[in-house]
Amino acid sequence: MKSYGIYELNYAICEFKHEISVAIVRRKFDAVIVGAGGAGMRAALQLSEAGLKVAVLSKVFPTRSHTVAAQGGIAAALGNVTEDNWHWHMYDTVKGSDYLGDQDAIEFMCRQASEVVYELEHYGMPFDRLENGKIYQRPFGGQSQNFGGAQATRSCAAADRTGHAMLHTLYQRNVQANTQFFVEWMALDLIRDEEGDVCGVTALDIETGEVMALQARATLFATGGGARIFSASTNAFINTGDGLAMSARAGVPLEDMEFWQFHPTGVYGVGVLISEAVRGEGGYLLNKDGERFMERYAPNAKDLASRDVVSRALTTELKEGRGCGRDADYLLLKLDHLGADVIKTRLPGIREIAIKFAHADPIHDPIPVVPTAHYMMGGIPTNFYGQVVAPYKTGPEEVVQGFYAVGECACVSVHGGNRLGTNSLLDILVFGRAAGNRMIEDLKKNRHHKHLPADASDKALARLSRLNDQKDGESVAQVGDLLRKTMQTHCGVFRFPDMLKQGVEKIGEVAERAMRTEIKDKSRVFNTARVEALELENLVEVAVATMVSAEARTESRGAHARDDFPNRDDDRWLKHTLYFREGQRLDYKPVRLKPLTVESFPPKARTY
Amino acid sequence: MRFSIYRFDPDKDEKPYMQDYDIALEPADRMLLDALVRIKTVDDSLSLRRSCREGVCGSDGMNINGRNGLACVTPVAGLKEPVELRPLPGLPVIRDLIVDMTQFFKQYHSVKPYLINNDPPPETERLQSPEERAQLDGLYECILCACCSTACPSFWWNPDKFVGPAGLLQAYRFLADSRDQATAERLDYLEDPYRLFRCHSIMNCVDVCPKDLNPTRAIGRIKDMMVKRTV
Repeated sequence: MKSYGIYELNYAICEFKHEISVAIVRRKFDAVIVGAGGAGMRAALQLSEAGLKVAVLSKVFPTRSHTVAAQGGIAAALGNVTEDNWHWHMYDTVKGSDYLGDQDAIEFMCRQASEVVYELEHYGMPFDRLENGKIYQRPFGGQSQNFGGAQATRSCAAADRTGHAMLHTLYQRNVQANTQFFVEWMALDLIRDEEGDVCGVTALDIETGEVMALQARATLFATGGGARIFSASTNAFINTGDGLAMSARAGVPLEDMEFWQFHPTGVYGVGVLISEAVRGEGGYLLNKDGERFMERYAPNAKDLASRDVVSRALTTELKEGRGCGRDADYLLLKLDHLGADVIKTRLPGIREIAIKFAHADPIHDPIPVVPTAHYMMGGIPTNFYGQVVAPYKTGPEEVVQGFYAVGECACVSVHGGNRLGTNSLLDILVFGRAAGNRMIEDLKKNRHHKHLPADASDKALARLSRLNDQKDGESVAQVGDLLRKTMQTHCGVFRFPDMLKQGVEKIGEVAERAMRTEIKDKSRVFNTARVEALELENLVEVAVATMVSAEARTESRGAHARDDFPNRDDDRWLKHTLYFREGQRLDYKPVRLKPLTVESFPPKARTY
Repeated sequence: MRFSIYRFDPDKDEKPYMQDYDIALEPADRMLLDALVRIKTVDDSLSLRRSCREGVCGSDGMNINGRNGLACVTPVAGLKEPVELRPLPGLPVIRDLIVDMTQFFKQYHSVKPYLINNDPPPETERLQSPEERAQLDGLYECILCACCSTACPSFWWNPDKFVGPAGLLQAYRFLADSRDQATAERLDYLEDPYRLFRCHSIMNCVDVCPKDLNPTRAIGRIKDMMVKRTV
């Protein structure tokens, strides 16, 4: 579907690198949103329903965005099954983040959780139901009652297809609100003027090959994650960190890029996600001796400890030779004891995946699993209004005018060093809505478009022309493979000093090779080779930021586990990393330990 | 493994042709999509859509040895060689295996695929019993891959007038929702010689759906609702 509303056309003449004048079409909108996953579409809904002219760009048709693959649920302390309140949820999230999460943003999110979930239900979300007609909730890892007490039951679910149900519901509501989507458009670069304010993006219409400048008074990035930097990843092909790379190229720092979540249960050899909902419903992990090994690592929470804890446990089991199979390289997720009824009604999608990808019907057989790269806790630094913040003149958190980011591409930071399961769908609803509202406010004040700089699209055009003209270059597939293998080997679940050091060098070499990629396909029409080459450039930005940030952080916190510094070091490292692309410079900013209204949760030892 | 793949690039080709590929697969290449990604490392001009690679995003619908399906959940083992791959039938081809889905989504949008309830929403959730919610099973799981509609002869003939199995499945998803109040309006729209009644229960849609959904049954239920309201 392509929908073109009424727009103004302006033509800007750009000087091309080779002194060819190229006319670039310019379109004007109130707001441009890049990304049509849950975060982008939740924000778009606010703007469309307020009657603003918003363009939503997406590399894929909106319902193909990766929110669709989320399985287990949305965290909200509705208390439909066990007593619950948002303050307990806040505590769990702070603890889960290993105290790196910003407590003002976490309070903001947990307080609004119930409201955004009810709102989604009113939009038509097909949540599963309890006997009394209320939304079904299931237990998930890291959820507790009473600040670390008994297991809480907090994740609102639509079977094990919660993300699918949510993404379709949000799309449907946007159809009703007449949101204008630019389907199969890829944003190439952020446009900033001489004052550093953001005034839109340069983008490629994948179907026609045309490049355009989309001018906006407010630009929101909701481009999702980038776990495709790893070989073993639950992420979709499209998750290439485009928003992060565009921000980094435009001089915006990236925050906490060393923190990547490895999900404990990706299907062995394939990477496809097996939801934590399996363990929430009562499934558990076994090693080759049939031992329920999580009892040793997390005596209380066992299989429902935080994901970083469980992934380290699996990795340790494998390292110490207790893996299953001929090569002792996977563990087993057992759920047959739940019975066919529970599996068929609560976990039908998991059963389908296990049968198709692991040749195991979980009604009878356990699923072979390994820790698999899953989620990026870091991202574009924002405040809890979704405004992008960066150090400039007066402090570490100055607002970049006209620029917003939400969802996995952003770092608010509510997830800190480790995200709790089902907090990501909550994150995108709460901050998608908050950013939408903030943009509406800001648009009332900023009534006029800023002038587009004459060279607005030059860098993007230069990259495209370099790619088009490259001779005797590198293969995109080969360089991509090398990038993923380097990250997997040098920056995995456990991180070793010499491996990190070598990793920085190796990823630098990959980055250089990625500057020389060549594509054989020169067609203008739906050129996927071109898209993949551009995506590789974006992956490189994400990978370098990750490796450099990880090498520098000499402590273990959340998902960043250093072999040489096994403990958390709050004296030196209770701070956020800021990576600047230029010169690969690192800076740091304090964690916001002060919540909005309640008492702070001071850092303490984290056990499950 | 041998493949024969439909190729057409409007930027350089006058007409479509079939191209043969002989490719050595690795043990990890279990699904058809893995094989296509492998082919693309040799010939980067082969164009297709793909994203989640686990059968939930609906990007990689195509015609595989004469039958519509998703490449990412179709095991290569067991496919008859040469594996003949064509774009989904009945929609205009943009390039290679990529079709223009405008008409498909237009039909989907035509059924007002969103909940209509004009009562002011309550403070908390609208209540729905597990039995009422169960009515949505087998409907809401649709991934809009278009395998069904592009396997339907009625849709081939009248893509502009017949809503098609995917759109009708979603029409019924909202008709079946206890929270929706637009039943009459929805049925009025569908009471038309083409929109609904072009379905002749050929059941190709049921046969090809990669999510094992049953649009024919949903269409039958819409017809039942129409009969009931005239009595």
